[in-house]
Amino acid sequence: MRRLQDVEAPPVLAPAPRPVSYLMDGTTVMSWLNTRDHKRVGVMFLASVLVFFFLGGIFALLIRMKLLLPGPFLFDALTYNRLFTLHGVIMIFFFMIPAIPAAFGNFVLPLMLGARDVAFPRLNLASFYVYLLGAALALWGMVHGGADTGWTLYTPYSSTTPTQVLPILLGIFVVGFSSIMTGINFIVTVHTLRAPGITWMRMPLFVWSIYATSIIQVLATPVLGITVLIVAVERVGGFGIFDPARGGDPVLFQHMFWFYSHPAVYIMVLPAMGIISETVCAFSRKNTFGYRAIAFSSLGIALVGFLGWGHHMFVSGQSTYNNGVFGALSMVIGVFTAIKVFNWIGTMFRGAISFTTPFAYICGFLFFIVFGGMTGIALATVGLDVHWHDTYFIVAHFHFVMVGAVIMAFLAGLHYWFPKMFGRKYSEGWGLVAAALIILGFNATFIPQFLLGNQGMPRRYYQYPAQYQALNVASTTGATLLAFGFVIIFIYLAIALIWGKPCEDNPWGSKGFEWLTASPPPTSNFEGTPVYTQAPHDYRSHEPSGVYRG
Amino acid sequence: MNEFLRRLLFLPNQASTFAQDIDKLHFFVILTTLAMSMGVGLTAIFFFIRYRRRSEHQTTPHIESTVLIEVLFVTVPMIFFLTWFFLGYTEYIRQATPPADAMDVYVQGKKWMWKFAYPDGPNAVNVLRVPAGKPVRLLMTSRDVIHSFYVPEFRIKQDVLPGRYSQTWFQALEPGHYQILCSQYCGAGHSVMRGEVIALKPEDYEDWLHAERRGLPTRQDSAASAFEPVGPLESTLVEQGKRIAASAGCLKCHSIDGAPHIGPTWLDLYHRKEIMEGGEQIDADEGYITQSIMDPGAKIVSGYKNVMPSFQGKLAAPEVAALVEYIKSLQTDPATNGPPGGPAYAPITGR
Repeated sequence: MRRLQDVEAPPVLAPAPRPVSYLMDGTTVMSWLNTRDHKRVGVMFLASVLVFFFLGGIFALLIRMKLLLPGPFLFDALTYNRLFTLHGVIMIFFFMIPAIPAAFGNFVLPLMLGARDVAFPRLNLASFYVYLLGAALALWGMVHGGADTGWTLYTPYSSTTPTQVLPILLGIFVVGFSSIMTGINFIVTVHTLRAPGITWMRMPLFVWSIYATSIIQVLATPVLGITVLIVAVERVGGFGIFDPARGGDPVLFQHMFWFYSHPAVYIMVLPAMGIISETVCAFSRKNTFGYRAIAFSSLGIALVGFLGWGHHMFVSGQSTYNNGVFGALSMVIGVFTAIKVFNWIGTMFRGAISFTTPFAYICGFLFFIVFGGMTGIALATVGLDVHWHDTYFIVAHFHFVMVGAVIMAFLAGLHYWFPKMFGRKYSEGWGLVAAALIILGFNATFIPQFLLGNQGMPRRYYQYPAQYQALNVASTTGATLLAFGFVIIFIYLAIALIWGKPCEDNPWGSKGFEWLTASPPPTSNFEGTPVYTQAPHDYRSHEPSGVYRG
Repeated sequence: MNEFLRRLLFLPNQASTFAQDIDKLHFFVILTTLAMSMGVGLTAIFFFIRYRRRSEHQTTPHIESTVLIEVLFVTVPMIFFLTWFFLGYTEYIRQATPPADAMDVYVQGKKWMWKFAYPDGPNAVNVLRVPAGKPVRLLMTSRDVIHSFYVPEFRIKQDVLPGRYSQTWFQALEPGHYQILCSQYCGAGHSVMRGEVIALKPEDYEDWLHAERRGLPTRQDSAASAFEPVGPLESTLVEQGKRIAASAGCLKCHSIDGAPHIGPTWLDLYHRKEIMEGGEQIDADEGYITQSIMDPGAKIVSGYKNVMPSFQGKLAAPEVAALVEYIKSLQTDPATNGPPGGPAYAPITGR
């Protein structure tokens, strides 16, 4: 073990032999399946969520292909309904929610805190297997017919339709536990395993965002679990809780569902914002403009996010008074996002910006989060929502935030941490080509959908009146471009993974805390206890942000 | 300008009284959104060009924001968002408050069609005929799952739920045909659950109504073959309600002449201010009357016992509509109390 006692000598410059990386520390299948290493769990999560992203993407493409023609085409209405349901369920519960926290969070959170692992390594591995179990249940349901309820599972349709809703409900129920386990693990890790020098006000902003996300995961996910369980009980036992024909209340379901699902969009968006907070510093080579503002706005979103669920129900028949209260509260959430955006822009000011693939995605992210976010505010101005509600406008808004913002951030993080995770560099040229294709394809897919919503096309339409065809064709063209972009990324990252040359420990010159150690890191993360002497992303000098204590 | 932006944003025609006002707010909101997002995106690109990295070992100055800047970052968007909200909510209150002189039509959604029942008698499937230039209030319920009644050209939309009534209203500016779409996912036929509002000149509407009541074909029927009458045409909803009240046994406990009985009298029940057990005062509107039929124990008028059986599943939605309409017709002096078609829920502001 190399131990650095000397404050003057930065560890990256020391000509010592590279430590055994976590990738080489045991190469059997069992050494992966039975690992306690947060990095390996993170990589396994990454691989799994990418499989689901691929599956959900195929469903999305099939939907878009069908919508080229207004009449019946390719498959029948029931198949179409199953496809959009599975697209939504898979993308949200099996890709979006675990994607950033469970994959990147697992990998970099302990590294950013100077910890050897998360607080509960076994729980961490268990969360992965619970995730797989939930996914297996959902996949079983899909193979045996699939559900046709839409991912929103509105009652009484979901409690009466004869399709395979039950395994999907159980899958969502089980995967929720994985989410809770991850959340608890991260909260405890942040509280107990910070290395010397990492005070609360010196925590990397990605950690702040994951911390806020974990709070939401732990508090909100049980509500979803209860809700889907009640629907399952209603289907199996014939109890009338949501189904009015049996004395239930269908709007109660909507309240319970959105009480989880509105905070859940912040489970997806907050970690994405965390990635942007890190990468915008690394690639602008600049300290965060308003550290406290960004950190506290994450907590603000986590708390106020719980108070906005009713804005999904403006036309559900809830009272006009409720609509006003939920509309006004939604405005407050918007302000928390706005403050982050301005501070990211402020971070670029007088920086030293290198235009790399992650920075291209940052630019895309900024445009998409502002447009997607502000259309969300527009939807919360109740009078406008009446026309837009349940049309393609809401589909486009949701995809702008979820695909536009979250996937851009996911890709920025993937490229930024790819050398950290695998010690190899991808092709920057191809990276920029794919980024251009994805940002272009994304706009071409979803801007027509905003206009379709204006025009009045309701969502989840198998057939549509002919006046909507032109914009649908435009959207499908964009989706094809988008798909090509993802294929290119997959190819060059696979090539980099197998044949890529090993890169240096810190190819970006980043002063994020996770770059203090080797890339890829050894199993124990650090060769000693790191002591951080600077705040993250302090680019006044090239001194490393910390030293090792024996 | 209005017409140019409307076409640019692919918005449908502005066919109702409030459509143009909503669109104006729409233009304001969307143009601000576009300006902001372009502004942020372009600033990022400008900063990249202006502050691009000049050497691999470049260091940068340490710049932190001040409280003043952060306050600015909060207040500027807040002012915009609250302005939008204020304008949008005011507009919404207008959409949610039917005028007192609105004409009522009962709407029933079911997989996958729309049924319309007029208090004056005729029923229709998928085609809603209304007089242009007059406010129309829709009292809507569903027979199976949740549907949503959406007319893009009127900018109205309202979920239609099983087991309860929801309402919306519109006033068509011009005679014409306007598409009705179901916008809440309801199964295999969701995308073909479409209908049509036909706004007629008031005199044509009267002609149609009279022809319907006599059971005769009209000029409009040859134009719209989707129309198919259901149920007996000779009786109005009130007459049907009277029959149902007798056959379902309502009149065993409820009097129609004001006399006290086992249950509250129906005379002047509509919009009566009733004191509930526990002191709460409620307005006996369509919603309350329907709830009392379906779930009688939910809100008991003070002084009465909880003895009424539920009619959930025993009465179909049109039968409930007929009963409600019958109860509404039982007024001591219709001349001073006005027409029975007032707002179902008390308006929030008198706009």
